[in-house]
Amino acid sequence: MAQRIDVKDLNIYYGDFLAVQDVGMTIEPRSVTAFIGPSGCGKSTFLRTLNRMHEVIPGARVEGTVEMEGVDLYGDDVDPVAVRRQVGMVFQRPNPFPTMSIRENVLAGVRLNNKRISRSDAEDLVESSLRGANLWNEVKDRLDRPGSGLSGGQQQRLCIARAIAVKPQVLLMDEPCSALDPISTLAIEDLVAELKDEYTIVIVTHNMQQAARVSDRTAFFNIAGTGRPGRLIEMDDTATMFSSPSQQATEDYISGRFG
Amino acid sequence: MSALSTSPARGDAVQDPARTTAVRALLRGADGRRRRTDRAMTVLMWGAFTLAMVPLASVAWTVVVHGAERFDLYFLTHSMRGVFGGMDAGGIYHAILGTLLITLGAAVISVPIGLLAAIYLVEYGRGPLARAVTFFVDVMTGIPSIVAGLFAYALFAVILGPGVRMGVVGSVALSVLMIPVVVRSCEEMLRLVPNELREAAYALGVPKWLTVVRVVLRTSVAGITTGVMLAVARVIGETAPLLITVGVVDSINGNLFEGRMMTLPVYVYRQYSQGLVPCSSVTDAVCLPDINYDRAWAAALTLILLVMLLNLVGRLVTRWFAPKTLR
Amino acid sequence: MTTTDSPTTPGPAPGRERGDAPRAAAPRRRARTTDRGLNRVFRWTATGAGGLILGVLAAVAIFLVLRAWPALTAGGDVLGEEVAWFPEGASLVSFVGPLVFGTLLAAALSLVLATPVAMGIALFISHYAPRRLASTLGYVVDLLAAIPSVVYGLWGSLVLPPVVVPVWSWLADTLGWFPLFAGPASPTGRVLLTVALVLAVMILPIITAVSREVFLQTPKLHEEAALALGATRWEMIRTAVLPFGRSGVVSAAMLGLGRALGETMAVLMILSPGLLYSFAILQAGQQQTIAANIAADFPEANPLGVSALIATGLALFLITLLVNMGARAIVARRKDFSGAN
Repeated sequence: MAQRIDVKDLNIYYGDFLAVQDVGMTIEPRSVTAFIGPSGCGKSTFLRTLNRMHEVIPGARVEGTVEMEGVDLYGDDVDPVAVRRQVGMVFQRPNPFPTMSIRENVLAGVRLNNKRISRSDAEDLVESSLRGANLWNEVKDRLDRPGSGLSGGQQQRLCIARAIAVKPQVLLMDEPCSALDPISTLAIEDLVAELKDEYTIVIVTHNMQQAARVSDRTAFFNIAGTGRPGRLIEMDDTATMFSSPSQQATEDYISGRFG
Repeated sequence: MSALSTSPARGDAVQDPARTTAVRALLRGADGRRRRTDRAMTVLMWGAFTLAMVPLASVAWTVVVHGAERFDLYFLTHSMRGVFGGMDAGGIYHAILGTLLITLGAAVISVPIGLLAAIYLVEYGRGPLARAVTFFVDVMTGIPSIVAGLFAYALFAVILGPGVRMGVVGSVALSVLMIPVVVRSCEEMLRLVPNELREAAYALGVPKWLTVVRVVLRTSVAGITTGVMLAVARVIGETAPLLITVGVVDSINGNLFEGRMMTLPVYVYRQYSQGLVPCSSVTDAVCLPDINYDRAWAAALTLILLVMLLNLVGRLVTRWFAPKTLR
Repeated sequence: MTTTDSPTTPGPAPGRERGDAPRAAAPRRRARTTDRGLNRVFRWTATGAGGLILGVLAAVAIFLVLRAWPALTAGGDVLGEEVAWFPEGASLVSFVGPLVFGTLLAAALSLVLATPVAMGIALFISHYAPRRLASTLGYVVDLLAAIPSVVYGLWGSLVLPPVVVPVWSWLADTLGWFPLFAGPASPTGRVLLTVALVLAVMILPIITAVSREVFLQTPKLHEEAALALGATRWEMIRTAVLPFGRSGVVSAAMLGLGRALGETMAVLMILSPGLLYSFAILQAGQQQTIAANIAADFPEANPLGVSALIATGLALFLITLLVNMGARAIVARRKDFSGAN
């Protein structure tokens, strides 16, 4: 299921403003890659280019290539809708659809592709997705209640269930725990550790302990100053990054000297 | 950048062609039905907009083309006094005068009330009264104009006896329609004034009422002017309430408190309803069968120009005089 | 306006009874000493203006009832005797009935025609049009509202009929079995469907404006959630925007309905009237609306006739009041709801 992503010479723009400059990296399948860095360094912006959500913002565009197993996601014959179907995303704030029940939320993505999914298949999919998101036991007897009635952590796991229900190749997580309490955060981190057996996971986080706990590889982004583009400073195995980073800036950031 | 060149070395691994083909198939795109639906909806949205532009273009085009035939200085400066049949004469001076006077009257009534009510809502409004005022101002925007006309008629009939027809009754009718619009736009403008300005004034020991007059109103005066002009533009084209309160007349009347007055919208209706002129014999010196319709179109053109002018000036006022903070 | 120079101008409401004396002299003196008194006067003047608005609305109802009273109390036979156009043997209720029917039918038809188009335009402006164009396009749609109704009437009666008559007769020929389109279609085009078409154009801007606001308020979070699941733009709108905006669209449509119910001139100038409970919208001389009926008969009516017309106006006032209050209540509830999030 999981696929490798290669990014080469990527420049990301908002209109004329160069937000992120010259990023190149490889994201390994069946692993967790964490992006860390100070606010405004472009790590979330970069994450959104991996499923072409960046271009949803008017005027936003990219230069360079993002290849999934050798296929450029920005190629002419590639449909952004299909990209997003294959590269799922979980957002900073939990965003279940407020007018839908828990069941409908899980099935929301599937219904787009397959209107006539049979009742039993749908039930199975709801259960397996919610189990996959460690939410099944908490919600199994209230699947028809609105998703907005859940707690923040449960909502976020519902969003993860919704994302994995469409069986994507890659799962992007944009600071998924920043709006959650510590216990919910732990639940999500456990979940990430389980999900990496099946998916390529990329997680943006502000929390360096979290990066150290959940990720296999870590990329550090930094920005030279306001109005300057963000850059990828360094990327390595998480253990190496946190013990002996090769760049001074990385060490300063990790040891808490700024950011 | 040296770190970069070392770390992604693994990325240069040779791609597995089978996986590449599989992924390429996955990313080819949504199935045809979904893509067709999406495209069809996009076309529909554009279509809806284009469809709405058809009547706008058609109205504008016909009014300009038909209206331009009689739209000249003579038409603007003469009344309909002594004009009958298919005579090649007659104008709208009396109607322009009536429209301006009656609308001015409506503005004089509604602007102070509307502005003060807006001040109440923004600066003092709390509790059930404010909520009721907000709610009913909105409800009032939905009063049918003919009902406003009936109200004004009934009001003056109770005071002065039935059958009264004079300009000021029309002004009252229009102000019922105008007040909620003025309240809404003034409220919006007053809310745009940043609270820091008010607090700065209070900190200087300026009493609240003076702060409101000197700081809040002064800051938002351009916006309020615009709002008032747009409100005037909205009621200046009202026909039905004036038809039943002010009536119809062919000569010039400059007195709001005495007798019937002609107004532009009513003039359009009046000319229209008189219809084609039967030009039976060749002995008539000049007889234009379409003269009434031509006058109606020319008056409609004048009316639209007036409304557009008010809209345009209103918007320009904001652009020119708005304090920098409000842009 | 001299507002900027003189603080007295915008303050007092002329002709309103509250405390004129202190206000006139006040601004000249340095206000600090009379601070409390003036503050109170100003506050009460403003509050009075707010209350006055409620008073006006109440006064509209009261004066309409007052003037309608003679007709409300007179029997149908008296009305029939004294009022030239009053149908013989009818009571006030049986006279108002067809008018209410015609009003509702015309408004409902125009709503059916306008709402889908207005929603399309609103979505077009909020989610399809290039960002830079969007506000200009909104303004262009608002221009439709700036055209006076009498001009629409002129256009709808002199320009529109030759265009629509062939379409209407085609409708009558092919769908004549359906009661609404029962033939034969009037060759003049002065029928209720033409009226509804013009009314639809007139209420388009208000429905568009309110729906557009609601659609623009859709949380970005939910739109992105749908897109990230691999939704096309239309699917995103269906999953995130429309469910969110449903109640807003309903209230927008109700506001449009209120507008259409009260519109006078377009109906008066286009429709060939009749006082029947008839669904035949392609035939002339079938229906009439309250507003147009008032405008048509008012100038020549005797006192009792005027009273009867005001009674019908009262019915119109109550109908539009209910519709508008319903619409506004929905809008207000939405506002609370979105504020809480």
